Amino acid sequence: MSERQIELEVLRYDPEKDSAPRFQTYSVPCLNEWVVLDALNYVKENLDTTLSYRWSCHMAVCGSCGMMINGEPKLACKAFIHEYSDKIRVEPLAHFPIERDLVTVIEDFIGKLSSVKPYLIPKDDQPISAGEFKQTPAELIKFKQYTLCINCMLCYAACPQYGLVPEFVGPAAIALAHRYNQDSRDGGRDARQEVVASNEGVWECSFVGACSEVCPKHVDPAGALQQVKVASTIDWYKEHLMPWVKK
Amino acid sequence: MEIIQTDIAIVGAGGAGLRAAIALAEMDPKLRIALVSKVYPMRSHTCAAEGGAAGVIKSDDSLDLHFNDTVGGGDWLSDQDAVEYFINEAPKELIQLEHWGCPWSREPNGSVAVRPFGGMKIKRTWFAADKSGFHILHTLFQTSLKYPSIQRFDEFFATDLLVDDGRCQGFTALEIRTGQMKQFQAKAVIIAAGGAGRMFPFTTNGAIKTGDGMALAYRAGAPLKDMEFVQYHPTGLPNNGILLTEGCRGEGGILLNKDGRRYLQDYGMGPETPVGQPVLKTMELGPRDRLSQSFWHEQQKGNTVSTRWGDCVLLDMRHLGEKKINERLPLVRDLCISYLGMDPVKEPIPIRPVVHYMMGGIHTDINAATPLPGLFAAGECACVSINGANRLGSNSLTELLVFGRKAAMSALAYMQSGLSTAKDAALAAQAKDSESRIQALFDQPAGQETINGLRQEMMHTMEQGAGIYRTGEGLAATCDKIAELRQRYVGISINDKSRVYNTDLMQALELGSLLDCAEAVAVGARDRKESRGAHQRLDFTARDDQNLLKHSLAYYHPKEPPRIDYLDVVITKSQPGVRDYSGAKK
Repeated sequence: MSERQIELEVLRYDPEKDSAPRFQTYSVPCLNEWVVLDALNYVKENLDTTLSYRWSCHMAVCGSCGMMINGEPKLACKAFIHEYSDKIRVEPLAHFPIERDLVTVIEDFIGKLSSVKPYLIPKDDQPISAGEFKQTPAELIKFKQYTLCINCMLCYAACPQYGLVPEFVGPAAIALAHRYNQDSRDGGRDARQEVVASNEGVWECSFVGACSEVCPKHVDPAGALQQVKVASTIDWYKEHLMPWVKK
Repeated sequence: MEIIQTDIAIVGAGGAGLRAAIALAEMDPKLRIALVSKVYPMRSHTCAAEGGAAGVIKSDDSLDLHFNDTVGGGDWLSDQDAVEYFINEAPKELIQLEHWGCPWSREPNGSVAVRPFGGMKIKRTWFAADKSGFHILHTLFQTSLKYPSIQRFDEFFATDLLVDDGRCQGFTALEIRTGQMKQFQAKAVIIAAGGAGRMFPFTTNGAIKTGDGMALAYRAGAPLKDMEFVQYHPTGLPNNGILLTEGCRGEGGILLNKDGRRYLQDYGMGPETPVGQPVLKTMELGPRDRLSQSFWHEQQKGNTVSTRWGDCVLLDMRHLGEKKINERLPLVRDLCISYLGMDPVKEPIPIRPVVHYMMGGIHTDINAATPLPGLFAAGECACVSINGANRLGSNSLTELLVFGRKAAMSALAYMQSGLSTAKDAALAAQAKDSESRIQALFDQPAGQETINGLRQEMMHTMEQGAGIYRTGEGLAATCDKIAELRQRYVGISINDKSRVYNTDLMQALELGSLLDCAEAVAVGARDRKESRGAHQRLDFTARDDQNLLKHSLAYYHPKEPPRIDYLDVVITKSQPGVRDYSGAKK
């Protein structure tokens, strides 16, 4: 198996010791089929047990290992060594405070996710004994894409607006609200609009589209944001220009 | 030390923990519920489950059939009263998830779709493409956000249960962000912290699956049950153990040896079925234990394909076509292309068996109650047991829901049964002891032993001695090795001396959990002198219903190997029989 020596330049920061983040370079013998996470694990197991980062599934579904790799937001478990030169720089996700090394503080994101009421608010309630709600494959396809978000927050790290205006609810949370709004079983759009259509909601989005580009699961948050904007604009016109028309 | 007062505290926030929390919040909105996990809920390993969840919903199916499949699949080691409860509750729980928004795949008429799975006589596996666990986890997590009474403690690592007056009254947990110990006081505790597959080198399990919940209960005196039964999933990617769901075979994928022969027909699962027309409970839709064992035999005969990742067989899905693969198995295709550089639309994929699931776990009764009053358990960390000696694919996701909810109901009933007043001083003293233990580990001067060194030795000996086929000799060596490693663990070095997000310390604690669980697996396997389900002995090749139609119970000892005791299996209506996976014959 082909091996390559990689210089892994990793951001280190221990708030108990360091006044500012610094870089530490490790020389790692990598197999060509490895991902950056494998290289980090090599460091942790063989070179430096003090390095801290989050990871679990190693198959791009748990969303733990989002980080900046050569300046781009990536899942470390899906960033292939063979796509990089012999020097790779690894930093914590941009736009989030650093907790320690590659670990960021993500409470802001978790709070925003909760704020959009990301759960089914049923249009018609029915007991379990009545069986499942019917939903055709066509109805499922309308929102399916937006269910695929793994909450890895790469889109927040890519979003220039979130970097400038931390109050922005942001791509993943708004896409998730949109997911429920588009679900044929749901009747909760009005309840979600308060946050989603607020100043910190969709109107902060400057439609750069970076969120959709970096998404490892091919969710299209930018598309969701645009759809929410259009729908909210229609709401506004109906309310202000045609108050006699029901939404 | 800060004390966090709760009514019911849950350790683990994956499928079972979240389901329990929601059930509690719904039953009594005034309850103070603490949901404590070493990771954020959506990182829990439930997210990696692909294939689906079993529950009787279609008119051609019946509860009896699901019962028979489960009990036979488990080689009659399942407790049949528990299975009965499970299959009855299963459809309700899956519909409940549907009502919470789970994006189940659908039939053209809008009803939920089901797919075939190994060892199941009827198609009864609900699925959300091949990301079923992911969708279940996120649906539960998002639904849990509705309930203000569920207070989450994300990234808290539970270290010791607090047991006073003969009952469990909480636990200590390390806040990972600050390194500070907290004392959780609770009237009842539910453990839902997942399996321990990481004791093996080649596993589908994520890094977090280190048996911490099992070890927590075990060290506090609750026995671990049937730990010798470790499931190998037959189809893992050979380079890193990533799972390719049983759905691949359910949708019609076939297994080939190096000569292109569908070798399963040579191991009692034939005759060969037509390619692309899978027959239930036959050939590729046999149970996981049989398929993994067949691989071993093919390897012995030299019929496997040799790859740079070791010996493999081939999973051929080409005949399914691109459209069906994209629709039903999109994740599988993505994983093969990304991590192996091979496209299942165009070429057969090399695969080999990989450690996937622990049938064993914390001993509970049918009510999800452990023998330690006040302590309940659900999910992979628990052993009810519905899975017996071999779990059928798609029963475990449903199990999380059914027994997560059951644990909540039992914990609430227990809490309301009139408990004595907690003795704060006694609990505080125990919490202090726990803190001192962790502090001593943290302060320990650098010694000879490294975490990675011990972990490698543990994984190596588990694979050597406690793999798909086992012998008395090999198991004795593994038992000795694990006992030695437990002793050497005392001299482990923690290099990281920071309080903040110290993953060095975390990994040391996880290794401690794994070693305790690994010893229960090895000793249980050494003492079970028969072959049943996933436990196969080359020196005792037959099933021994006369003497061993029994659960094993491993009791912890701090310095010595566990004491093993046995408990009769509950048989209600199905007497042990022959497991027949040659349905095509009829």
